[in-house]
Amino acid sequence: MLTVNLILVLVVLTNLKLLGSSRLGASIRVVAAQGVVLGLLPILAHLHELSLRFALLAAGTIAIKGVVFPWLLFRAVREAEVTRQIEPYVGYVASLIAGVLALGVSFWMCTRLPLPEGIASPWLVPVSFFSIFAGLFLIVSRKRAVSQVLGFLVLENGIYTFGVGVTARTPLLVEAGVLLDVFVAVFVMGITIFHINREFDHIESDRLSTLKD
Amino acid sequence: MRAASFIPLLLALVLSPLLPGIINRVKALFAGRCGPPLLQTYFDLWKLLQKGAVYSRTTTWVFRAGPLVGLAAVLVAAALMPLGNFPALLAFPADFLLFAGLLALTRFFTVLAALDTGSSFEGMGASREVFFSALAEPALLVALATLVRQAGQLSLSSMFGNGFAGQWLEYGPVFGLVVVALMIVLLAENARIPVDDPNTHLELTMIHEVMMLDHSGPDFAFILYGGALKLWLFSALIVGTVLPVTGHAWLNLLLATGGMSVVAVAVGVIESIMARLRLVVVPQLLVGAGALAAMAFLLALTLK
Repeated sequence: MLTVNLILVLVVLTNLKLLGSSRLGASIRVVAAQGVVLGLLPILAHLHELSLRFALLAAGTIAIKGVVFPWLLFRAVREAEVTRQIEPYVGYVASLIAGVLALGVSFWMCTRLPLPEGIASPWLVPVSFFSIFAGLFLIVSRKRAVSQVLGFLVLENGIYTFGVGVTARTPLLVEAGVLLDVFVAVFVMGITIFHINREFDHIESDRLSTLKD
Repeated sequence: MRAASFIPLLLALVLSPLLPGIINRVKALFAGRCGPPLLQTYFDLWKLLQKGAVYSRTTTWVFRAGPLVGLAAVLVAAALMPLGNFPALLAFPADFLLFAGLLALTRFFTVLAALDTGSSFEGMGASREVFFSALAEPALLVALATLVRQAGQLSLSSMFGNGFAGQWLEYGPVFGLVVVALMIVLLAENARIPVDDPNTHLELTMIHEVMMLDHSGPDFAFILYGGALKLWLFSALIVGTVLPVTGHAWLNLLLATGGMSVVAVAVGVIESIMARLRLVVVPQLLVGAGALAAMAFLLALTLK
């Protein structure tokens, strides 16, 4: 239980770091670290019924979230030649405070939800909700397309945490399918970022809204 | 009232000027210098107390009262702080709120005295000090509230008297977060490096130091001594959270006093390996400390 708790605390810390960080490179690394840490979660959460299924899932998650995604995103950032966030719609300090509020809301929500027995840690469900909120917040509050992709990944990590921790019986095929979906999504987004950049010399998505006719 | 409850206060009064000495020695070691003697702060205090004070004609009684009230408030706060499992001189439920309030009072009078001089530099320092402490204070209070929640006790003495070491195994993440938050608050409140540089003498970047520029002689000695005591009190919070409490009262006291110097060494190491943050980034660090403390509090709420 302590290791699972430690992982969940790391997930919350990485989310807070993402909310307060202005460097794109650092943010990509933080999301990669979060992916690797979460990859270990299925093994640790189901330690007593360890099977090949969980090992495969862990290996696949770590490979895709820890290696392939960072590589794709770093490539996109390099080609778009951006290293820094531009001032987002919601500032970094305000984002951090919003993050803490979201954490509080998630913890409160989970006291009201009817949850099944046998969840690995009492923090698991709140933390997965917090990841979902943090991811959504990153998507709506940041201007760079790369950070929005990162927000999407954090959101997916939240759903994954919930799935791994709460439902032990999801078939491997479904989990692999979700992983593949995310992979395709990030791949497409990487290409889109590249194309937006080539067309408009920047990847600030808010300026796309001024395109009319 | 037992005689033993005077011991934490006496130790704080006698040993606190040693902490800045340790920090300076560690920094000197990192820089490859010999550094000032460990007892340098005592020498400084002795020297300053021998001198007379100079007061500007533009200042009023507020300027003279600032250092006195500041030192008095810190002394009362020191009377609330236990060490090892020796209880503090004063202990009553919710005294941790008074503790935070007294430290705020010190700051309030320091700021008033700085504003009273009418110097624009001191006004700038005062403004920054108030801004940063407004962000650091919630972190301190939430961290203390988490400790209160974990201990199930409302006064500092009964909280730290049992020690938290037994709970570390089960609630490790909670205490880890609290200690990190307290460490950041310690650095901010005592004007140490990532937030403020105690050695700088460039008025434009100073925060705490700039408010002291017009104080001289015994007044400045009071401020120096109050600063050392404040550092001691914040270190005591961290030491109380981390250190195990054994059956032997005197062994505990020895451990706690040793722990204080370890905290001072840690501050020295942080100062040596970190650059000072830009002023615009400091609020982010302090809000981050608050976020860590709030997270610890939420985690503690779910576990117990």
